[in-house]
Amino acid sequence: MNQASPGGAVRVVLVDDHAMFRAGVRAELAATGAGVVEVVGEAADADAAVAVVRDLRPQVVLLDVHLPGGGGVEVMRRQPSPDTCYLALSVSDAAEDVIGTIRGGARGYVTKTITGPELVDAITRVAGGDAVFSPRLAGFVLDAFAGSIDVAAVDEDLDRLTEREREVMRLIARGYAYKEVAKELYISVKTVETHMSSVLRKLQLSSRHELTKWASDRRLL
Amino acid sequence: MTHTYPVRPGAPRRAYRDMTAPLAGGVASGLAEHLALPVLWVRGFFVATAFLGGFGLMLYAGLWVFLPADQRFEHSAPGLESATRTGKRPGRRSRLRDAGPAIALGALFFGVVLGVEQIFGQGVLFWPVVLGIAGIGLLWRQADEAQRERWMDSSGRIDPFRAIFGSGGWAAYGRIGAGLGLIVTALIVFAVAAGQATFAVPVLVAGLLGLLGLAIVVGPWAMRLIDDLSAERAERVRTQERADMAAHLHDSVLQTLALIQKNSHDSTAVARLARSQERDLRQWLFEAETADATTLAGALKEMAAEVETQHNVVVDVVTVGDCPLGDELRPVVHAAREAVVNVAKHAGTQRADVYAETSPSAVDVFVRDRGTGFDVDGVAGDRHGVRSSIVDRMSRHGGRADVRSAPGEGTEVRLHMPRDRAHAQTDTHPQNHPQTHPQDEENR
Repeated sequence: MNQASPGGAVRVVLVDDHAMFRAGVRAELAATGAGVVEVVGEAADADAAVAVVRDLRPQVVLLDVHLPGGGGVEVMRRQPSPDTCYLALSVSDAAEDVIGTIRGGARGYVTKTITGPELVDAITRVAGGDAVFSPRLAGFVLDAFAGSIDVAAVDEDLDRLTEREREVMRLIARGYAYKEVAKELYISVKTVETHMSSVLRKLQLSSRHELTKWASDRRLL
Repeated sequence: MTHTYPVRPGAPRRAYRDMTAPLAGGVASGLAEHLALPVLWVRGFFVATAFLGGFGLMLYAGLWVFLPADQRFEHSAPGLESATRTGKRPGRRSRLRDAGPAIALGALFFGVVLGVEQIFGQGVLFWPVVLGIAGIGLLWRQADEAQRERWMDSSGRIDPFRAIFGSGGWAAYGRIGAGLGLIVTALIVFAVAAGQATFAVPVLVAGLLGLLGLAIVVGPWAMRLIDDLSAERAERVRTQERADMAAHLHDSVLQTLALIQKNSHDSTAVARLARSQERDLRQWLFEAETADATTLAGALKEMAAEVETQHNVVVDVVTVGDCPLGDELRPVVHAAREAVVNVAKHAGTQRADVYAETSPSAVDVFVRDRGTGFDVDGVAGDRHGVRSSIVDRMSRHGGRADVRSAPGEGTEVRLHMPRDRAHAQTDTHPQNHPQTHPQDEENR
């Protein structure tokens, strides 16, 4: 399926409607992520992205949130490749875009002002199955679950965050790195990542239907 | 840059029909939101009162006619609106796509038909009336939907074709056709069934039915035309305002780029210019409620922008919750500012994270950097900046401040200010007074 390329680098597809930006990211990744990350394809809109991802089966897709043809969410909705992870990379940090994209299935969200090394780190983390939460995203998540921003689709009966998850999100929002969170709460980095993933999962249960399915899958119904 | 959007907390509340997930007209869910009741209760109310001589049905129909559909001119930040218009963001999905409600409505309708037939027998008048009602319902729904989509015409003109057919498509034509067909069939069935009777009565009734059908096709369109015209006027004003803003922003971006070209040898100045411009644009494009200094979040963002411009530091502000900035919270902003300035001056890093969380009981602000850090106990005595500007200021106003730092690990300043105690004695430390609520004391 999606094997690493011969050099062991993470295979990445870039999806953004601005050619200039794609060129910039490609150059940046080639400079700072040589041997770790390899850009294998590009696409400029949702249809092209679906085709490219289906053909290349990359490990990670860097996905712009605002994309001709229905936005980045549309690409994820059409599920061109089952094992591909999505990392949203956007200039927009509007709460509804960010939360909407995460709910659509992205494993992380970073803004376009991110530095090269940070982006490489985020890509490898997503490829490894972890969630990437920037402080801003953590803030939105806390806000969404506190109900103080109206993310239209956050259901009443969505799971609340546990106290521990809330603590973890708070520290991330305060600018702590994962390992600093682990140290602060006397837990392992692995546990921090587990908490992040479960927050992500709670966000992605986007409808009663999915919630029911989630519950029945776990024999809770 | 302050830019106010008309819909703000505190604006007069109006009831709308909720068009995000309508079962029939979105009246019940709209009302439920307006009255802050569970939607099930409202739906139950309509169903229950429907048995009181059809009162609920009449009420629903009346509200459907008179309540405007919500968010026809939903306005968010310009960048988001533009992305929505050009199809770069996911749109709403119609709930009627999933067949559940449609089947339920169909079953209900069929049940009503059978029930009435059971009671009255298959009278002469019955089927024509049922068909007529179904046709009228279809036409109404189509006209209602067209009403919403009429404004999607990008040229901004009112297109009579669009007014009836919406954006077209086989569904719209099918609905119109089916509706008209049903009405005509009703008339024919009626005329045939009543053929033995005198000729005048069926003609009269057929004419009335035809008139009713016509009224219902044109009705919703005409009824809300007045409403829409004023909304359109407001929209035009907004468009002009937005054009002015765009022109202004273009100028500011161009000015900044020109400055950057001039200063291209000075990388600090270039970075500073680019940063302030980026922040400005991002805020204008993507943040619906703009940061003005009347709320805590706004004041913190403004503070961060100011410090960014004055010092060579990037300040990332994340806020959870918000509240009006009263006098009791101003010290928090000042202390946070002092902490950020300290990062810029002493920490040896160019990045600070500010996180503010507002809960009903307290405001917590954290300022964190990953700079050099220092030994708090070792130098606390001569750090007057930290002591007088941050720690003492907070405790003077009834809050508290902790500074946590270690060499090599950066620094975090934690500010805590209780909110409900702000008007009580301000010279006591909150940790000495565990909060007791009045009713707790009465209960004892």
